[in-house]
Amino acid sequence: MLNKYRAVSEQSCVGCQLTFIYVFICNLGVRWARQLRRGAAKALGPAAASRRHGNPGRPRAWLAAEVPPAPFSRRWQEGVGRRGPRVGGDARQSAPRCGPQRWGGSRGGRRVRVRAARERASASPRPPQGRWVARGSQGPGPRGGGGGARAAAAGGGLGAPAMSQAERKGGAALEVKFVPDEAVLRHIADDAGIKVRKDKTPLTVNVKRFVKKLDTLSDDEAQEFLEEKDYVAALGICAQDLMENGSSVGGSEVYSFQTPKRSNKMAELASELAQTPGQSVASDHSECPEKITKTPQSSKHSSSNKVQQKSKKNDFMSTTPYRLRKRLAAPDAYLESESEYSASCSEEEDDEETQKEVITVLSSLKTPAKAKVASTPPSRKKVTKKKDKMSNLVEEYFEAHSTSKVLTSDRTLQKLRKRRLNQQTLHDLLEKSPLAYAAEIEELNQQYESLFSKWMLQLHLGFNIVLYGLGSKHDLLEKFRISMLQDTVHLVVNGYFPSITVRSILNSITEEVLDHIGTFRSPLDQLEFIIKRFKEDSSLELYVLIHNLDSQMLRGERSQQILAQLSSLPSVYLIASIDHINAPLMWDQAKQSLYNWLWYETTTFSPYVEETSYENSLLVQQSGSLALSSLTHVLRSLTLNARGIFRLLAQYQLENKDNPSYPGLSFQDFYQQCREAFLVNSDLTLRAQLTEFRDHKLIRTKRGADGVEYLLIPVDDSTLTDFLEKEDEDV
Amino acid sequence: MICSNNICVSLSFLADYFREGNSDAEDSELRFATCQSLWKHVKLEAEVSLEDLNKQLFDNLVSFLRRSHSEFQEKTTEWNCQMKSREIPTAALVLGVNVTDHDLTFRSLSEVLQNRVTPYVALLQAKDCPGIKNLMQKLLGQLMNCYVDVDSEEDDYVQTSQNRIRCSMTSLITWYESVTKKTDFETPSKKRTSSRHWQSPPVVVIFKDMESFTTKVLQDFIVISSQHIHELPLVLVFGIATSPMIIHGLLPHSVSSLLCIELFQSLSCKEHLSTIIDKVLLTTQFPLKLSEKVLQVLINIFLYHDFSVQNFIKGFQLCIVEHFYTQPLSVLCCHQEEVKKRINSLSHNQCENIRRLPSFRRYVENQPSEKQIALLTTDGFLKETVQQLLDDLNVYHENYFPVLRCLHVFTSSLPKYPLGKQIRELHCACLENRVWETEEYESFLQLFYAPLFFFFLKTLLELKESRRSKKLTKFEMLRFEVVDYIDSVVRNYLVPADHKTLHEIVYFNTASVLREHLNAAPRVALHTALNNPYCYLKSQALRSDGGSISNKAPDICIVYKLHLECGRLINLVDWLEVRKDASSASSCSHARFIRAVSELELLGFIKPSKQKTDHVARLTWGGC
Repeated sequence: MLNKYRAVSEQSCVGCQLTFIYVFICNLGVRWARQLRRGAAKALGPAAASRRHGNPGRPRAWLAAEVPPAPFSRRWQEGVGRRGPRVGGDARQSAPRCGPQRWGGSRGGRRVRVRAARERASASPRPPQGRWVARGSQGPGPRGGGGGARAAAAGGGLGAPAMSQAERKGGAALEVKFVPDEAVLRHIADDAGIKVRKDKTPLTVNVKRFVKKLDTLSDDEAQEFLEEKDYVAALGICAQDLMENGSSVGGSEVYSFQTPKRSNKMAELASELAQTPGQSVASDHSECPEKITKTPQSSKHSSSNKVQQKSKKNDFMSTTPYRLRKRLAAPDAYLESESEYSASCSEEEDDEETQKEVITVLSSLKTPAKAKVASTPPSRKKVTKKKDKMSNLVEEYFEAHSTSKVLTSDRTLQKLRKRRLNQQTLHDLLEKSPLAYAAEIEELNQQYESLFSKWMLQLHLGFNIVLYGLGSKHDLLEKFRISMLQDTVHLVVNGYFPSITVRSILNSITEEVLDHIGTFRSPLDQLEFIIKRFKEDSSLELYVLIHNLDSQMLRGERSQQILAQLSSLPSVYLIASIDHINAPLMWDQAKQSLYNWLWYETTTFSPYVEETSYENSLLVQQSGSLALSSLTHVLRSLTLNARGIFRLLAQYQLENKDNPSYPGLSFQDFYQQCREAFLVNSDLTLRAQLTEFRDHKLIRTKRGADGVEYLLIPVDDSTLTDFLEKEDEDV
Repeated sequence: MICSNNICVSLSFLADYFREGNSDAEDSELRFATCQSLWKHVKLEAEVSLEDLNKQLFDNLVSFLRRSHSEFQEKTTEWNCQMKSREIPTAALVLGVNVTDHDLTFRSLSEVLQNRVTPYVALLQAKDCPGIKNLMQKLLGQLMNCYVDVDSEEDDYVQTSQNRIRCSMTSLITWYESVTKKTDFETPSKKRTSSRHWQSPPVVVIFKDMESFTTKVLQDFIVISSQHIHELPLVLVFGIATSPMIIHGLLPHSVSSLLCIELFQSLSCKEHLSTIIDKVLLTTQFPLKLSEKVLQVLINIFLYHDFSVQNFIKGFQLCIVEHFYTQPLSVLCCHQEEVKKRINSLSHNQCENIRRLPSFRRYVENQPSEKQIALLTTDGFLKETVQQLLDDLNVYHENYFPVLRCLHVFTSSLPKYPLGKQIRELHCACLENRVWETEEYESFLQLFYAPLFFFFLKTLLELKESRRSKKLTKFEMLRFEVVDYIDSVVRNYLVPADHKTLHEIVYFNTASVLREHLNAAPRVALHTALNNPYCYLKSQALRSDGGSISNKAPDICIVYKLHLECGRLINLVDWLEVRKDASSASSCSHARFIRAVSELELLGFIKPSKQKTDHVARLTWGGC
């Protein structure tokens, strides 16, 4: 009786292992476990299979991570000088094509761009002088001259009218604003008795004090903005002081990776390491000097940042030569490594153009900030430097995404003649390979296990717990479950399971925990029912363990909202794990306060065995056995003619498998072929047949650009080949 | 009975958890009980003070609601005339950006309204109302439920109606009529119960988050209900987080002209925070205090992350729990009356704990040698001393807060606020180190000296003293005296707490714990683990210098490091080749590479790309 926990055999389905949601209601004396089987179930079969295996294209919820930071996109939308940059962009595009006269090309580009810039300087109604005014009030110094010079740089350093104009504007605005600190002080205190403020040099003022001085002058809103530095300092100091394992990494280190850019680095390293196996992989390229001497271009690259900054001072155009340099590096790399290099062709031409536009607009907007003047007061230097670093980061981003042409080697896995592993052999191989640093990992785990009772305490005090950090937390949570939740009602949700939904979670709560039979119109209704039941009966308690709360299926806004509301119930205790780097973006303030998280770092370094078993890795050969069996099953139940029709389509698709832009077989052609094969006698019959296929998700229809309907079988080629072979055998 | 039993049971097993995870299990039950009661009091105090803050706002709202439909009460034709324009009385309630606190405000608002104005209050949230149909459904459901609360005997009627009635405005009106008519009939008998409401109380509909409602839903609802305003005294309350202009942004003129909007502004969340700090932290009422760093972390989270007073209180709760959980001596962190009893019952282990406290060790070192020996060997003597020291600490706090407030009054009237504008800043400055040694304090004294001059000059002129020159020198003297006095008071009473002996007992000072659990940085942790596994796996093989990574590192670290070298797209073949050469080429290295790559995909660093065959795209950027 007291043997509460009964292991449930985790059954493995044909290709992939499925784990199930299971609920144990042990304190009621009923020992049972119910498995919700998914994947292989009934008619869902092929659909689920196709989702799992067929398309590597997953929901693009996380694309947000790639979107440029807000202020820049806003600036872009302003469309300042849109006409100009496009001209510049064209010129730049033409430059590398010019081949031998590429420098001439670039000069041409520069000319065009300067013109564009000048146009902008005179035409655009509002150059960013507002910013200068705001900055001007921050400290002493000949601000007027600085502003003017900066404006001149924005105008390409050539346009005299633009310069004087800007100077006038900058000067006028600044006169009004600036009040030195001393004047204020002198105004208040009588300097007769006591000496006022010993040091006035802003250099010696530490950040905190600097901030304080400023914010006393400004209003509340300004205070918040300025105190930010204070905040950063405070957090930074604490982090250095108190983080034991030295994980104090600044944001810039995390969000940018300060490795020099070298697109052919990987191949270089490959060939290099082939000669000297066993050498440690160094990220710092300077460790192998002979490489640098061989390729002067790459050494130029490593110092390119400096060069870039220097040239930026007076040269507005510096991005173009830099870009060129990068292009120039390509042929050398080509000679060096045996692989051929080519740029991949872009899919979206329009995108390319707009992206170019973005980068040029940006660089033109950025330059005023960057072009420094020698007379900048020392206190401001720090700020400007920071700005520089920031804008470099931004430019790096746009540089990387400006063109859809990417320089990587053309080698493919097929040429490697290395057979792709299938899921099973992969699993076996990994099983055999010993886990590195098992002892240390064990030590880490023990450290975390000592927290279990604290977690229980905090769960009961109204907090919910979220675990983050590198490594699978599956085993840790499982241990927690076994050691702490033996006698309780608990629900384990394997979030990484590809077809888990919030609905299934709610269903298992209503059906298994609350013993409710019946359906609900919407998840919201269901949630309301659950909340009501939990509020009515205070003796009800439920522990919810969610592995990978940030998985594909659960990361949606609505799912998170429902889970958050569920977790906010006082007698529902949620403990979850997250892995994705952008997982915290799932939660806005409202959701976070509903979740009421306490964060725990549990870096385990354990391999993500369960979690990645459903991933569609490019390197893993998709066995497709599930798709294949469902295909044959469905087709066996059809008439001979129908099978013939499908066969025709499959063969046609296989004939075109090398054509990457194969749209599918158009309905008219298909009808023609079917008629010729005496399979149908009217297009109505064919349509009826296709509807049946579509219902079984055997085919997909797509409307082309010309409005013609195209038919496709959404199964990968190898599976289709297997299928046809099998069919042939049957016949 | 059952209920209270349950609570007892749950409390006792919580105390078990409290004990289990602890190396210092001393007095854990007592500690847990103290912790719980302290938290309960803090919570209550916070709620009460927040309610007080909202009182003014609610009063204004209530009088507005009373006014809005007073004509309807009289049931005169005047009402009809006036409502020809079909304007719905609307209160725009600007609450500020701290959305997380709004829930509590609305809850207490609806309570207030139900007590003082009308039983018919409905709270609507945008996420429940994707369409007008859902909105009506929610509205009717809530209104009829509150009707149930008034008359429980009509339960069955409501049950049926709620399910069957078509959710429309007409059904709402018939419901309203039936309710009010009934009270009309029963007025003599029910007079007492419903006396606080009028005969036909208004129906208040609160839109909690007005900005997130779909415009269409809002418009439809307003237009429809304006048609029925004659029959149904409806009042709308819009909860607004941004600015009242949003109403005109969301609603076209034709719709907003149907509303008769009055604006109500709540106090800003910063004022709420100040009140909470004032009531909970700057008082001797609660034994637990926060150290400067901890307070700074909490305030920073408030100012830079959410503006949420609730989260601040939650942070304070965590402080309480952590303090009582980790500090075995926190058993002495209780009210003055209890301390004595608890000191007497301290075990020998606890006495040893006291002797280990750094502040106590400092204290012992400054004592004469015979007393040192007595303190370190005799538990009885130690207990006496501790009693005395804790009394001292208490006296210190009793003086500290009034002096702090005084000083704040002085500083806050000075230009440029040399010691901070808010009292919390001054408090932090005093806790951090000796405030009189800071430069800000010096400038404060100078500045303070200056206004004193003006102050005295003013009184002087008022007195119309003729012998000015002589008096002025006296003034000088007086000025110096006043400044000196204030200075001495500050030096006496605003000593930083960590200079006090036994401060560890009542001050919670592990700010790192707080930040780790409330304001975690998962991405930083991932980066550290991938970049420098030695931080976690203390193996000599992993020790590395600079940017390089040893080839013995876990697979995923090496693969991660390699991927940093690449541009936007990564060729899997190259990646694989490098990886294979980096580690010893074995049969399963290929498999391990595959695993590492798919782990990186799971972590969100890469994703499969269709742009080129056998390529993956990098999702993080910079240095590419």
